[in-house]
Amino acid sequence: MSLTLALVAILIVALAAGWFGFVRARRLRTAGRLHSLPVYHGTYAALWAAIPALLLLAAWAPMQSRLVDQAVLASPEGKALPAFEMQRESIISEAHEIADGEREQGFNPESSTLAPRIRAEEGRFALMGGFAAIIVGLAAAALALRRTGADFRARTGVERWVMVVLFAASLIAILTTLGILLSLMFESLRFFRLYPATSFIFGLEWSPQTAIRADQAGSSGAFGSIPLLWGTFFIGAIIAMIVAVPLGLMSAIYLTQYAPARLRAWLKPILEILAGVPTVVYGYFAALTVAPIVRDLGLALGVTSASSESALAAGSVMGIMIIPFVSSMADDSIAAVPQAMRDGSLAMGATKSETIRKVLLPAALPGVMGGILLAVSRAIGETMIVVMAAGLAANLTLNPFQSVTTVTTQIVGLLTGEQEFDSPKTLAAFALGLALFLITLLLNLIALRIVRRFQEQYE
Amino acid sequence: MTDVRADSGALPGTGPKVPTRWTDAAMTQRLRRRYRFERWFRLSGLAAICLSVLFLAFLLYNMGSKGIGGFTRYEAALPIDFTKSDLFLDPAALRGPDARQTVAGADLSSAISKAAAAAYGPDAAQMFSDGALDILTDDIVRDPSMLTGQRTLWLPVGSKIDIAAKHDSDAASEKLVSMLRQKHALKWGLNTQFLTGSDATDPSAVGIWGALKGTFLTILVTISLAFPIGVLASVYLEEFAPRNRWTDAIEVSINNLAAVPSIIFGLLGLAVFLDIMDLPRSAPLVGGLTLALMTFPVIVIAGRNAIKTVPPSIRDAALGVGASKMQVVFHHVLPLALPGILTGTIIGMARALGETAPLLLIGMRAFVAAPPNGVSDPATVLPVQIFLWSDEVDRGFVEKTSAAIIVLLLFMLVMNGLAIYLRNRFERRW
Repeated sequence: MSLTLALVAILIVALAAGWFGFVRARRLRTAGRLHSLPVYHGTYAALWAAIPALLLLAAWAPMQSRLVDQAVLASPEGKALPAFEMQRESIISEAHEIADGEREQGFNPESSTLAPRIRAEEGRFALMGGFAAIIVGLAAAALALRRTGADFRARTGVERWVMVVLFAASLIAILTTLGILLSLMFESLRFFRLYPATSFIFGLEWSPQTAIRADQAGSSGAFGSIPLLWGTFFIGAIIAMIVAVPLGLMSAIYLTQYAPARLRAWLKPILEILAGVPTVVYGYFAALTVAPIVRDLGLALGVTSASSESALAAGSVMGIMIIPFVSSMADDSIAAVPQAMRDGSLAMGATKSETIRKVLLPAALPGVMGGILLAVSRAIGETMIVVMAAGLAANLTLNPFQSVTTVTTQIVGLLTGEQEFDSPKTLAAFALGLALFLITLLLNLIALRIVRRFQEQYE
Repeated sequence: MTDVRADSGALPGTGPKVPTRWTDAAMTQRLRRRYRFERWFRLSGLAAICLSVLFLAFLLYNMGSKGIGGFTRYEAALPIDFTKSDLFLDPAALRGPDARQTVAGADLSSAISKAAAAAYGPDAAQMFSDGALDILTDDIVRDPSMLTGQRTLWLPVGSKIDIAAKHDSDAASEKLVSMLRQKHALKWGLNTQFLTGSDATDPSAVGIWGALKGTFLTILVTISLAFPIGVLASVYLEEFAPRNRWTDAIEVSINNLAAVPSIIFGLLGLAVFLDIMDLPRSAPLVGGLTLALMTFPVIVIAGRNAIKTVPPSIRDAALGVGASKMQVVFHHVLPLALPGILTGTIIGMARALGETAPLLLIGMRAFVAAPPNGVSDPATVLPVQIFLWSDEVDRGFVEKTSAAIIVLLLFMLVMNGLAIYLRNRFERRW
């Protein structure tokens, strides 16, 4: 809590420094011309007072909790703790909760005696860090305020700070990408230490049910990813695309080539609503309405193994979701074909449909293909529809009425049980995440390259 | 060779020149065939788009017809004689601030089932919803004098009876409903509890307010992080960034992040925010952070497009009268680009609002029976609540799930409508 106090103190120091700088510069202005407006002098001082001190505080906060833990363990109360690690840690975490006022007392009596020690150590270290930060803030503010003068270029100084902030904001993108890559790779490596990578990549069997006790039968789960990749591909790249590509393409052709302007003004937003419906709604629709229909259809067709969690139900609803995406990509590619080509074809006496089929579509084909690849990448990464409608059985099957499972379904399944963080089950989810990330990345890169080359062709 | 054959493969210019005979039988037949194909092609295009619209209509109708019942409920009359019940509550003691706790401590639920069994037979003992308990508690706290006499109260019925009254159900419940109807002891009303309550195990007592509050808190965290950072990043990339390897890397990662599956962000949140930074599980804070990372690239892309449309003459004019580069951007370019940026932001927020998968991974799927009071309390959000209810086997949850979906879709509609309004009202065409 004391660190919050330090934060408030630093903000007050910054405001005071800003006001002081502003007033000083305004007094100077009555004497003669200033380079920068007084408000810039004030901002300059405030920024110097706040930013270094806040950075120090931000660096101190995680360090403090580690220092407190060390000090507590070194104290007489800490030395009296039981040596068994799990027990000790549960006492410490309980004591932390008591110290923070989150609970009255713990299950272990030791935690109540430990709590005051934790509170004391926290107070001591917070006082140290807080004072250091405030002193840095005051010193920086004093240095900045000393520079106030008629010739001082405060505006340039402020703008330099703003520039730093702008650059830092855009760095978030790289940090996020790095964070994704590193966390996925780090956890995957831990998984591959427990389970061989080749068996994961080429294995044909997926049954992550590990036994709770080591001596139980079948205690080692099988983590072969091929059935999952096939299920993902089957639902996302085959069934969904069989629905989405013809419908999306024909919709785009009708909207751009045939529809009168007023009809288009209505139809296009309606089509976009399909893209805006949350995926959990599609998932519920697939599980509750489409899946029984598909199962009855399968039984009527004589497929006795028709499941109520079929690949067809999930894939077709996913296809409906992707329609607007395919349609808008096709729309863009067709619009990018030069008008002269269309005019030439029509002038030769070709009908509109002949022009579309023989001239526009072949010319737009790379763009359309790129768009379809992007759609596949989106379908593969889609989670809720398959979680709710596709089931958890890992089957290597071509039968669309049977249940298959996908990478995303398994990630959710593996991570939502009550599991400890270091078991192969939870780590396997990160390995699957890495595979998913790499596949979608590859698809996106190929698709973007195709689309870009196609656009350059007609520019 | 005077005859032009419909299917002749002769190359043009190989034979002697013959004028096209438009009235020739083969020619007219071929033309007819071409026009027939043209009509068919056009119609199939129309059919494709009609099919998509029909899907949407069917989806909305399906959710609407199933969910509209979730906003209503049946209430039954319960004649209850408090003097005969063994509640041991003294009305005089129920004046202070502890009144609610005292009432909650009494065994009201068995009093309700006894009264119900006395009035409608032993089968009716469990006919009232869990929510009836809260309502009765509220009533007693408001008016303790009712404990001294006999009252007839209208209380919501349980899920089984509710389904039996709305649709059809098992014979026992149907019999009870027809008996209640005969005695004029059943009435239909708005389900206020659905809008003000939280999650519960009894489908007739659930509400979405807890999930809605969680959604608001999560979106608040998301927008307060993603919007400023996204705008600043797009300003930097569009106005200041030198062309070098750093900015190329930033650009590539933003474009890739916009296409990364949302569940990957859930894994990131799990590994970084929960495991490394040790932030509280199931909290709107972590959910908001995760969604902020997800919407950030969307906002940057929208922001860059909006900044790009501001014509260079504005910048030149401002620079010409002596503004610094920073003043040009923050005093002139950014205000002009703001409507476009806001439109993109609202669309990104609408997408974050409907997102489920990453929030499942960071533990926002816990059963939370009380609305969260802050960003670090355990909470759930509306889409996750829908997912949780859809997993329940009790038939009473079907209409609640669909009703929650109606609320979610209404939010989406409002946000997208706002975005379209902003675009039409404020966006300038240069």
